[in-house]
Amino acid sequence: MQTATAPSPAAGTRWIGNKWAQRSKIFDAFFSWATFVASWGTVALLLWIALEVGYAAFPAVRQYGLGFIIGTQWDPVNDQYGALPLIYGTLVSSALALLIATPLGVAIAIFVTEDYLPLKVRNVFKFLVELLAAIPSVIYGLWGIYVVIPITTPLGNWLNGHLGWIPLFSTPSSGPGFLPAAFVLAIMILPTIAALSASALKTTPMPLKEGASALGATRWDVILQISLPIAATGIFGAAVLALGRAMGETMALAMLVGNNNQISASLFAPANTIASLLANSFGEATGLQVAALMYLSFILMMLTLGINAVAELILERTGATTRHL
Amino acid sequence: MNKLNLKMKNLLALSILAALSICSVQADTLTLNSSGATFPAPIYGRWFAEYSKLHSDVHINYQSVGSGQGIKSFVDGLTDFGASDAAMSDADIASVKQGGVVLLPMTAGSIVLSYNLPGVTGAVQLPRDVYPAIFLGEITKWNDPKIAAANPGLKLPDLPITVAYRADGSGTTYNFTNHLAAISPDFKTKVGGGKLVKFPVGVGGKGNEGVAALIKQTPGTIGYVEYGYALQIKLPMAALQNQAGKFVAPTPESGSTALGQVELPENLRAFVTDPAGDGSYPIVTFTWWLCHTQYTKPGVADAIKALAAWCLTDGQKLAPDLGYLPLPANVVTKVQTAVSTIK
Repeated sequence: MQTATAPSPAAGTRWIGNKWAQRSKIFDAFFSWATFVASWGTVALLLWIALEVGYAAFPAVRQYGLGFIIGTQWDPVNDQYGALPLIYGTLVSSALALLIATPLGVAIAIFVTEDYLPLKVRNVFKFLVELLAAIPSVIYGLWGIYVVIPITTPLGNWLNGHLGWIPLFSTPSSGPGFLPAAFVLAIMILPTIAALSASALKTTPMPLKEGASALGATRWDVILQISLPIAATGIFGAAVLALGRAMGETMALAMLVGNNNQISASLFAPANTIASLLANSFGEATGLQVAALMYLSFILMMLTLGINAVAELILERTGATTRHL
Repeated sequence: MNKLNLKMKNLLALSILAALSICSVQADTLTLNSSGATFPAPIYGRWFAEYSKLHSDVHINYQSVGSGQGIKSFVDGLTDFGASDAAMSDADIASVKQGGVVLLPMTAGSIVLSYNLPGVTGAVQLPRDVYPAIFLGEITKWNDPKIAAANPGLKLPDLPITVAYRADGSGTTYNFTNHLAAISPDFKTKVGGGKLVKFPVGVGGKGNEGVAALIKQTPGTIGYVEYGYALQIKLPMAALQNQAGKFVAPTPESGSTALGQVELPENLRAFVTDPAGDGSYPIVTFTWWLCHTQYTKPGVADAIKALAAWCLTDGQKLAPDLGYLPLPANVVTKVQTAVSTIK
């Protein structure tokens, strides 16, 4: 740069300067070309993965068709494959996690956007919540096994003993199951919900809040009747995005969900999710089982892609984007 | 710009250097690549380390990726030899492009039923009609009359039985379920034998360690794990009733006795689903190496033959310490003959 801009009377130096300017132009062109290739490459990669998975799933698609989605047996011995218990387990565990994480996440978001505490303290707090996203999945799984399950098991057995007539509590706890899985999953998606809800809450125009306060609204009124309604779409979008993340979560769930391909209404019953089954059975799968697993991955991919697309659309509309994530 | 270019050049030079240093190998060392079953991985790891100490010119890579993947890589020619708990099917053998395949049983192991019964001291004895029924979800309490009748000396608690199984496809499940299918027609029709089966009840853990964690955590849980693993983490192991009607605890001796009952066929592929004999522990299995009959790469055939010869003699002595079963002498002789056919 300095060579190109430095004023120099000597013609020779000027010539060198031009040469440098020319080179920098070439470099610029090269750079923009490289970024173009990289960004379209990413899009192409996504399509390629989808095609490849679809291609590998083809034998299973031909064999089972759409009946695969409503089949309830996953029996590699007899080559009978049905995805319903896995789709059910994936959706239910994610929905349960969302049910736990959304109130918590929104509460955290309100706490860090209101000035209850000095900004410095709030920033530390925010940082700590976001740090939850940096903990590896397997650590969550281990924590779930050694901390959460010993708490949920007696709780589940007590609820089953006293309120067993409610379908939600209809089985005794066998250790791993929906409840510990959903609880750990909730903590894993908490940072997503908290961060996105906070940025949605920040979009509330200050004059509105100040005006309401001037008219005699308490802080409680302002939060409930001004900030939250304005941020509602953004918070909803955050929840949907978190749902998409929860559905693809693998390792912690494989360790906590119990890996039993059944459909049970009970919170304490073991279940299985698509991602967990994939992680567990790919290594030893052969023949049609591989195709069935690919079919399953394709379903999971479509589910998470669809949910993420919906979330992005909602967030786009509210201006609270995933930019800072 | 100048500075930037210089930096980029440096970076480029550095990365090329790094790539080169990764690629460089000592020219005089022969590397054998292998992959497969996780079950024998600890003993293979030990064997290959010991062998490399004695023969510094041979280096052996073993990746424990699972029997299925091990067979796949071997068929695709990515490895020099594979390893599998379920040997190799005729269809898989036929798909190998490069000549014939020799199956070599190299070591063996027992699969045990471990449990968590607080307050119960002494091994629980499980009759032949009981443990398949437990894994079918038909016997659901520890104080079931059928269990109590076989354990007059023990005070069994009124606990529900939680079944723990392997959630990942595994040779352990393959051999365990094939044994259950062999002794219980009910199990054969309802579940069947395979690397991954649909157990009607229970919770699944990933790997031996996952099943062990399930057993340790919930009182009343019973699950199947490899003998060596149960031994290492001191899980209680049930004595099982064998074909002769005797209750036998899993030990290296009872396992070897069971292996000695088998007459290996020509291709050395035999599954010991229900061994005869008074002293036989009922759930034992061989685990195999998969080798080509002919190798084109120079030196590979000789290296594999020398390695196999060492593992079949000195290597067997390491087996009991690691929780594996030493091969009976008659089996070793047969495998040695098979090794000599590799060219």
